Amino acid sequence: MPTFYGTEITSRLMLGTAQYPSPATLADTFRRSGAGIATVSVRREAGGDQAGQDFWTLIRDLGVAVLPNTASCYSVREAVTTAHMARELFDTNWIKLEVIGHADTLQPDPFGLVEAAAQLAEDGFEVFPYCTEDLVLCERLVEVGCKVLMPWGAPIGTGLGLNNIYGLRSLRAHFPDIPLVVDAGLGLPSHASRAMELGYDAVLLNTAVAKAGDPAAMAHAFALAVEAGALAAGADPMDPRDMAAPSTPVFGKAML
Amino acid sequence: MSGAFTILGGGVCGLAMAAELSSRAAQVTVIDPKGAPGDHACSWWAGGMLAPDCEGVSAEPEIVRQGRKAAKWWEHQGGAVHHEGTLVVALHRDQSDLATFARRAPTATPLSRTQIADHEPHLADRYSKALFLADEGHLDPRATLTTLHARLRDRGVRFDADIEGQVIDCRGLAARDTLTDLRGVKGEMLVVRCPDVTLSRPVRLLHPRFPLYIVPRGDGVFMLGATQIEAGERGRATLRSVMELMNAAYALHPAFGEAELLEIGVDARPAFPDNQPRIRRIGDTIYVNGLFRHGFLLAPALAQMTADLVLDGEIPEVWYEDHRQR
Repeated sequence: MPTFYGTEITSRLMLGTAQYPSPATLADTFRRSGAGIATVSVRREAGGDQAGQDFWTLIRDLGVAVLPNTASCYSVREAVTTAHMARELFDTNWIKLEVIGHADTLQPDPFGLVEAAAQLAEDGFEVFPYCTEDLVLCERLVEVGCKVLMPWGAPIGTGLGLNNIYGLRSLRAHFPDIPLVVDAGLGLPSHASRAMELGYDAVLLNTAVAKAGDPAAMAHAFALAVEAGALAAGADPMDPRDMAAPSTPVFGKAML
Repeated sequence: MSGAFTILGGGVCGLAMAAELSSRAAQVTVIDPKGAPGDHACSWWAGGMLAPDCEGVSAEPEIVRQGRKAAKWWEHQGGAVHHEGTLVVALHRDQSDLATFARRAPTATPLSRTQIADHEPHLADRYSKALFLADEGHLDPRATLTTLHARLRDRGVRFDADIEGQVIDCRGLAARDTLTDLRGVKGEMLVVRCPDVTLSRPVRLLHPRFPLYIVPRGDGVFMLGATQIEAGERGRATLRSVMELMNAAYALHPAFGEAELLEIGVDARPAFPDNQPRIRRIGDTIYVNGLFRHGFLLAPALAQMTADLVLDGEIPEVWYEDHRQR
């Protein structure tokens, strides 16, 4: 299994904790999925006097590693402050860094992202940046200390799958030793499978599961797909070819 | 059989409980910090939609089933229930949400633009598709609670007496001192006046990030709700939330841009981990709690089941927990 900042993960499926019909469904979904890492938004639930305490206790009780995130932060300062708050709340240096650049597409602000990542790395955080599949951006993130990259498949919540296979593939080729996680945009288990087949280390998703009619069943489906894709990637898949290649020889066969 | 009962809390749950018990000839005392309905109860901020089918899209089937009893019960108790159904719309780019909703709300009927015009003329030029849930209704929570409170007084329910008899605890989030698995889910709402828009029924705007419902209160007044945030704080409406609600209303119909802002409300709903309520017996006390966003929808069924339990010893068919053996 891949290692994130020295910790070997237990499952290649990572799940968000927002938008479930109830906390009980959320817990059930984690059980069925075998996901080993839960991302949790800190900002909105925080409120005065840490009003989100009950929900966070519930997340801790899931018994999985918690990856707090800076969802809905639009500036470097907001993201950095939120990260520090998350570290206190969850007693972890891990932070999934989101610096949103566009309210409509929720696409990352690459410039703010690099700046915030550099600052947080200096502050001793282990940063999981939510980024695009832009190679140069990813190089900058690695330069400032990111040891995991989380490019999007498609904009958050769209369920469109992997929008830029070429970009994701070339990212994998350029960073053979950096754990890569497709984060955001997945809608179906086949999308997750595809990401694994590209050689990605894990996937992170939320809406596709939380908004399914049966979240726990959908999470189970994703778990199976991720396992299938990873197994396939490790089995050295054949390369596609244009000509038919019959699996039994036809030469000399009687023409009837 | 009847007896003496003391109900703690005079929100929608407590008053429904008092109504049900007093209508069956029991002696009832309600103990509430203010003695009358007001903004200290989260039901004061409710939408007042009796919309089991819409809720069923994300809520458990039992909530739909028990919620269907609500409209008739409120009318029986003197509440003014409007039987106008619910209209569900989505902005053009969120049409897939409408399809999902239709699939998950089997009683929803699709409406064409012409049919929308028949129901809500002011929305017809903006929406070519909608869903209609005919069997749903709505009421005005504050008027309903105030009317019910007055009726209960007339009926002899005491609001200024000491605890007597069986205690039924309906204190909502305040009962967290005993109910450790109860949590608060913060909600923010707005009340606006917008004479330029006329709506006859609650309208739900589906949106992946900022879902909205608008409930007409008459005289050009509308209630806009509601955020749902996993936090127990009962105050502090944030600019972000208010802005989201306003944006959604503006998106639903631009005329809301000229609406007068009358009120910004905020409170936290009491909820158990599965967002379903409980009738829970602990020691000598019965707790009725966890109505979440379904106060007016579920209080009637819970009151009926609890009354059956305390008066006739009938075990509730659902949501009952006896913690005495533990």
